[in-house]
Amino acid sequence: MAADAVVPHAVELKGVVKRFPGVLANDHVDLAVRRGEIHCLLGENGAGKTTLMRILYGLYQPDEGELLLNGEAVRISSPKAALAHRIGMVHQHFHLVPTLSVEENIVLGLSEGTGPFLRPRRTREKINRLAGEYGLQVDPTAKVWQLSVGQQQRVEILKALYRDADILIMDEPTSVLTPQEVEALFGTLRTLVDDGLTIIFITHKLDEVMEVSDRVTVLRKGKAIATVDTSAMTKAELAKMMVGRDVVFRIEKEATERGDRILAVVDLHARNDRGLPALRGVSFELFSGEILGIAGVSGNGQHELSEVLTGLRRATHGTAMLETFDLAGCSARQIADLGVAHVPTERIRMGTVPTMSIRENLILKSYRSPEFRRWIFLDEKAATRSASDAMREYQISAPNDGTAAKNLSGGNIQRLVLARELCGSPRFVVAAHPTYGLDVGATEQIRQVLLDQRKRGAGILLISEDLDEIVQLSDRILVLFDGQVMGIVDAADADLEEIGLMMAGSHRREVAA
Amino acid sequence: MKRPTWIQIDRRPSPSPRVVFGISLLAIVAALVVAGIFFQAYGVSAFRAYGDILRGALGSKLGITETVRRMIPLLVIGIGLAVAFRALFWNIGAEGQLLIGAIAASGIALFSGIPGPLMIPAMFVGGFLAGALWGAVPAILKARLGINDVITTLMLNYVAIYIVEWLIHGPWKGPTMRGFAYSDPFPSAAVLPVIAGTRIHWPTLMLGLLAAVIAFIWVTRTRQGFEIRVVGENPDAARYSGISQAKITILAMVVSGGLAGVAGVGEVAGIHHMLLSPTHISMGYGYTAIIVAWLARRNPLAVIATSFLFGVIMRGGDVIKVSLGLPFQLVNVFNGLILFFLIGSEILMRYRIRIGRRVEA
Repeated sequence: MAADAVVPHAVELKGVVKRFPGVLANDHVDLAVRRGEIHCLLGENGAGKTTLMRILYGLYQPDEGELLLNGEAVRISSPKAALAHRIGMVHQHFHLVPTLSVEENIVLGLSEGTGPFLRPRRTREKINRLAGEYGLQVDPTAKVWQLSVGQQQRVEILKALYRDADILIMDEPTSVLTPQEVEALFGTLRTLVDDGLTIIFITHKLDEVMEVSDRVTVLRKGKAIATVDTSAMTKAELAKMMVGRDVVFRIEKEATERGDRILAVVDLHARNDRGLPALRGVSFELFSGEILGIAGVSGNGQHELSEVLTGLRRATHGTAMLETFDLAGCSARQIADLGVAHVPTERIRMGTVPTMSIRENLILKSYRSPEFRRWIFLDEKAATRSASDAMREYQISAPNDGTAAKNLSGGNIQRLVLARELCGSPRFVVAAHPTYGLDVGATEQIRQVLLDQRKRGAGILLISEDLDEIVQLSDRILVLFDGQVMGIVDAADADLEEIGLMMAGSHRREVAA
Repeated sequence: MKRPTWIQIDRRPSPSPRVVFGISLLAIVAALVVAGIFFQAYGVSAFRAYGDILRGALGSKLGITETVRRMIPLLVIGIGLAVAFRALFWNIGAEGQLLIGAIAASGIALFSGIPGPLMIPAMFVGGFLAGALWGAVPAILKARLGINDVITTLMLNYVAIYIVEWLIHGPWKGPTMRGFAYSDPFPSAAVLPVIAGTRIHWPTLMLGLLAAVIAFIWVTRTRQGFEIRVVGENPDAARYSGISQAKITILAMVVSGGLAGVAGVGEVAGIHHMLLSPTHISMGYGYTAIIVAWLARRNPLAVIATSFLFGVIMRGGDVIKVSLGLPFQLVNVFNGLILFFLIGSEILMRYRIRIGRRVEA
């Protein structure tokens, strides 16, 4: 405490309150971050971490409370004001212009030099110097769309550093990275704090907190629960603080008999939205009562694979036989009618109609079935009945079935999607990022639902960027890299490091050798 | 020390019907205020102008019947546009679809020789089909080739205008019309009945009211209407759930273009009894109906009310021309202002803006 009095905190938030309609996002939150530390903000989704940091970055104004930088009260009215106070933020979803080059993105919005002209040489020198110092190698002349996600993140960090940020907010920075890229990122962050920067690191992953942070502040339901030294804590203690109860880390996965083969994918090729090859000869089999996990860094063909198997994208070559039907040549409607469930990557953008009610969203695929058909009309009574059943069974919490989907939390939206997709006891389930962005409670429930489906005998293709999730749920793990299968391993004896190397492009044989 | 005034903008959950109504009203009031400035600039008191308009449109039997006469095409077109907009298709081409409907009706009236009692039904069916076909072209272009609907529908208006011009100056020019660019007058069997002493061609009005009810039920209660709403609210979800956006787009435009065609039948068979210059046939109903549908928030039933309101405004244009000596075109200025404020007010639907001093905790 004595030291605190002498050296003011780099960042101090006092009694910050932020209300949104119907939600108290931050409830008198106190946060004190020391200069030169990596300070984690740990909490479930909806705990208020991102809101709090958006207040610090000037994107939101607090309803109450004070902001102090180096002991002085400030008001930060915009991100521009935040940058003037040397605060930078790397958002979870990057804010880059894909068609511009790295250096153009970095200087975008800056007014330096004289007149309207850019000064490419000086810019490039500074970028190269920063990149070299902090291990953020990236080609300044490359267009952003050509970069991998990990490289794009480096550009975002460079953007902040170029603006002389000395307080860097990182919002869930690891969710899109391979284990190796995460290591590199952590290395960079350590170099930055060694140079005197202060880093606030938002995450809900306990392992990251343990590995990278000096201190951690736990948020729960908008309140700051405690700030503690990371070294004094165990993972279980942190988890308990975060969730408010004990957490089981391993979920019980019953052994099931692997059943008949339900899907045989042979030499599948497809292109991405830009017309470039995205799947390059993918082959695998899926059996009834099995979860096959698809691991890989995002953008290596997982998305295209899920779309081809659900009729949303044409395959350019190859077959995907579900019994006698070739999914590669079927429409989305035909595939849905074959009893294939699809939990899509973007549950809000694709999986629901946000402005329509829960009831209508629940019949998005079954509205043509005899159950809901009354001549040319929709049978509203049947829809209401089935909605109340689904809401009960899947614990969708909402005032009533007329609530618009956009007013639901992420967890409830995903419960809605699952309720709809799993209602007809599908034999094949494509689940893409089913727990992405969900809180621990919803995640546990949704994983259990998938395991129940497996027990019932469905074959499940689980696509996820959460490697822990893949390892915990899957029976076998397939690693995709650059549209090709790097290898298929049994989850029971999966080696995370080996999978990580495959995700980075090494074939299994090479790894083993 | 006083606290500075704060403006706070928050996302609003789904706006209630009351809020939507209030915001729409606000947009109209704002347009009235700004249009008032134009009246003042012409040296006419805005209060006097609005008073004259209201009196002229609603203050006498003639006023009301003329208002309804203006309302009829706006109603019929507005319903179709409400459906097209629901399906996320921006049909700016109702003007052209109306003209094509008018051409079809004129062709049937002048040259088909269909016996008397069947003549008018045949004209309505022909006008609907012709408008539907004209409307389906940009829908197919969008569904199959991804060509921008705003541009194609707008451009097809000009094609339709020139087809009418060509017909009345060329092949259909009436030998009995002493060199004027009109077609011959329709035979009496092809003239719509009107309410005695008015220009209200009631069959078209009845068709419009019926269409409003049917379209409302169609969009809100049927399975096909469900598909239209899914496509309109979230095309990605439509694709995901196996709904064909192409099919729905074309279907919505068949209905939208068809209804605009019916409005064209009403104008030539109910008012003019001949094919004549495009500006006389329509006076921009196809464009004004865009605002009608938008103000109705794409609800076909609400179009009944908003088309009446715009009937008043168009009738008001006649009034200010006669009693105040102002150009009729001021109506277009006013319509433009309403659309401007209406679109501008969309943000109020999605966000709540609070202005005030911060309350000390």
